[in-house]
Amino acid sequence: MDLESLLPTLLGLAWLLPLASFTVILFAGPRLGNHGKGAAGVATAAIVGSFVLSLFAFISWVAQHPVRAVAHEDHGGAHAAADPTHGSGDHASTAHSTSHATAAGHEPGHDTGHGEAGHAGSPVHYSGDWYTLYEGGRLKLSIGWYVDALTVLMFVMITFIATCIHVYASGYMHDELHDITDHEVHLADGSHLHRPGRFHRFFQALSLFCFSMLGIVIAGNLAMVFIFWELVGICSWFLIGFYYERKSASNAANKAFIVNRIGDFGMLIGLMALWGALGTLHFADSTGPDGHARPGLFSLIRPPVAGNAQWVPDGMVKFAAADKVGAVLRSHADDPRAGVEQVEAKVEDWRDEGYGRWLLLVAGLGIFCGCIGKSAQFPLFVWLPDAMEGPTPVSALVHSATMVAAGVYLVGRFYPVLTPDALLVIAYVGAITLFIAATIALVANDIKRVLAYSTVSQLGYMMLALGVGGWLAGLFHLVTHAFFKSLLFLCSGSVIHACHTNDMRKMGGLSKVMPWTSGTMLVGCLAIIGAGIPFLDIGLSGYYSKDSILAQALLFARENPSHSILFYAVAGGAMLTAFYMFRLWFMTFAGQPRDHHVHEHAHESPPVMVYPLVALSILAVVAGWTLPGGFGIANMIEQARPAGTGGTELGGLLFSAFTVPAEHASHAHDIHVTASLTAFATAATGVLLAALMYVWGIIPPAMVASAVKPLYTLLANRWYFDEIYRFLFVLPVLGISRLVSGTDKGIIDRFIEGLAWGAKQVAGFDAWLDRTLIDGLVNGTASATYSAGLELKKLQTGQLRQYVMFIALGTVAIFVLAGLLFRSSFAG
Amino acid sequence: MMSFSLAPSILLPGIPMPASLGMIPLFAANPFTEPVGVIHYLIVGAVLFTAGIACMTLKRNALGILMGIELVLNGANINFVAFSSSYLRAEGAPTLGLDGQVVALFVILLAAAEAAVALAITLNFYNNHATVDVDRADDLKG
Repeated sequence: MDLESLLPTLLGLAWLLPLASFTVILFAGPRLGNHGKGAAGVATAAIVGSFVLSLFAFISWVAQHPVRAVAHEDHGGAHAAADPTHGSGDHASTAHSTSHATAAGHEPGHDTGHGEAGHAGSPVHYSGDWYTLYEGGRLKLSIGWYVDALTVLMFVMITFIATCIHVYASGYMHDELHDITDHEVHLADGSHLHRPGRFHRFFQALSLFCFSMLGIVIAGNLAMVFIFWELVGICSWFLIGFYYERKSASNAANKAFIVNRIGDFGMLIGLMALWGALGTLHFADSTGPDGHARPGLFSLIRPPVAGNAQWVPDGMVKFAAADKVGAVLRSHADDPRAGVEQVEAKVEDWRDEGYGRWLLLVAGLGIFCGCIGKSAQFPLFVWLPDAMEGPTPVSALVHSATMVAAGVYLVGRFYPVLTPDALLVIAYVGAITLFIAATIALVANDIKRVLAYSTVSQLGYMMLALGVGGWLAGLFHLVTHAFFKSLLFLCSGSVIHACHTNDMRKMGGLSKVMPWTSGTMLVGCLAIIGAGIPFLDIGLSGYYSKDSILAQALLFARENPSHSILFYAVAGGAMLTAFYMFRLWFMTFAGQPRDHHVHEHAHESPPVMVYPLVALSILAVVAGWTLPGGFGIANMIEQARPAGTGGTELGGLLFSAFTVPAEHASHAHDIHVTASLTAFATAATGVLLAALMYVWGIIPPAMVASAVKPLYTLLANRWYFDEIYRFLFVLPVLGISRLVSGTDKGIIDRFIEGLAWGAKQVAGFDAWLDRTLIDGLVNGTASATYSAGLELKKLQTGQLRQYVMFIALGTVAIFVLAGLLFRSSFAG
Repeated sequence: MMSFSLAPSILLPGIPMPASLGMIPLFAANPFTEPVGVIHYLIVGAVLFTAGIACMTLKRNALGILMGIELVLNGANINFVAFSSSYLRAEGAPTLGLDGQVVALFVILLAAAEAAVALAITLNFYNNHATVDVDRADDLKG
């Protein structure tokens, strides 16, 4: 079986297995096993199945397309040997086309797959449609796949982390197997809420989430991405609001959902811009039913004929220059065919005049708006920390490793369409996000909130990396971050499970009672700060990905000195990251117990929770490594680099002119060394500061807090973002709602109530009429008949002789009467 | 004296009577001076009938009432026989001239049957009420 048909089958099955599990749990739910304990088994079996299938797909992929170091890729070995020909910023598309020049199994004319790029530079990918929702003219909506190295890698990553978390959650959620008294819900009578456990529901939502997330990754077009985008949103809503009886949890769920809708509004605008101007949402080229090629988004915007350089596609030019098109067509009203030809001839001029550039920018930024919401970027990041109200396994899977990374993934997938100006906006958004979130994390005391802000900050890193041209760096960090952040969250869950509190001020000294948790969490902390040895170039996974981000940011800052703040944000953020991560670790595990009550009850978590920690910590260490043959995650992602990206790009529509440097240039020796030294220095400083303050106590934290009291207050109140939003948006909306509801209650309801009152009166009169007149008539007839009967009854005496008398007299009377009446005739 | 007829005009009021039927004089002359004819039979029948009715209405004894019934039936029988008189028959009618007598025999037969049934009823009544007073038999009173 060749890859072209094998991959969609494997990944499609891996994608649908969680859906099957969701369906089973939905219908069988509490009847599965003991109090629904079987639900965990079903869900875990499904996700393990997905993982195995994904792994098989991964192996088949690697077998067909060996992952090798591309000429300018140089993570594992000595980077002094960086290829000098790529240092000067020529087009990358020519550089890495050779590593995957062959792809088996492409049959010419086969209309469901595009095994081999038809031109230099396009990555190996397979695409096609499983099911067409709608097709008419140029427009086509379908459920399809777009599989390249990135998709395969994401599948493995998601299913692996999800497997770990399913296993972990089957231990973590065991309370839910029985009836639960929720001590955080106070009922009106002062007691606590008592409710049945919802074990199966948790796994039901988790399965649906896995299905949706894999759907985003495998999606072959933007419409499908949007469908699953919304599906993960609703799953997130289910899971954040898992303890929905708690006011805070239901509020957090609603907040997450509503804030995401705001981002999705922008995404819809982007979708409409693309759909309206280009008439397709497919990523890859395909063949229509008439046999004509239908170019996908990627080749429309970076056409192979133009060497994959970005340009404004014809559709957008015509869309933007609609006035001129109309004028041309009107002037050829007598000969429409000539008019159309005239328009086609002029498209090139209009493109040169700049028509459609804004539309392309709007499309890119619109899609990015959705990513801002989903990936919790400034200014929509406020929902993510609140989302920590959900159970910790959810925070680990949905709100750190996968769903929030979907935004970054989409920016990466959508990269060819983003113009340099859109990229710069993304970079700035990422920089602001990473800085604000990191500063808030410095002072947070809730262990999960520190991790939440750290997630926001790391997502900012990824966005910034993508924005400054580091496509590989951003996606690489996405993968490595997924491993160590889910590890960190599961560790924090283990701590919370043991201490029954989220407050780090009550912890301390836990490393003795929880050796496995503390050890694995230390690995996670080291990974996230990017610990490594600069000159030997060996480190944990975060070291490689963070270094490449730093290097790219440094390169960008060098090329564009006016934007060098981006580099300082990354470097400063690295220090803050090191500080707050080790503050967390020290406060939790090191030193002396602060709260003996908590400490005495603390215990190591059960094995079912520890195994996933160990598995994830191993990956948190090795995920960034590149094996001697060149096999590594970074090189594998590189296989999927979109055609034409990675080269130097010039921008200047929104900002003054600037250059997005080519990514491979950041592997140049001096850049790389400077970046890794900076990373090491900042991280070491951060760790040292944390140790000084929280281990040795040389600088008491309270003193620092009082010394910079206004700053501390600002940070402790999370920059007052919630308050500002409350004041700017929530309160006005509430005011308008109140006004509207007042209108509704005061005027519309009154009017309707008046109508109802009138109707009631009429009905009352009607009822009166019915009762008195009609019923009276009917009853009167009845009673008259009855009384007549009563009277006549008296005639029935039962006296035989009377009857005979009546007969006789009656006969006589009839004769007499007849005689009187018919006298004339008798007389005649 | 007004002429009387058994014409169907009583049943069909308003329809002019055919002259041939309406002109039969029943009381054309004084019966006491006439030779014995149909009229006299009819008078005897009427007297019997009236006596029967009177007996039925006035007697409280069930057996008396039965006797009254016999009188009524016999009054009717005399009428049947009287009307079968050859004087009242059309000329050359193809008949034996015994129609009235035949019907009278039927009536007698019927009266016998009726008497048997009625006596059985009376006997039952007597068994239940220890009397044959029909005024006490008012169970069917409304």
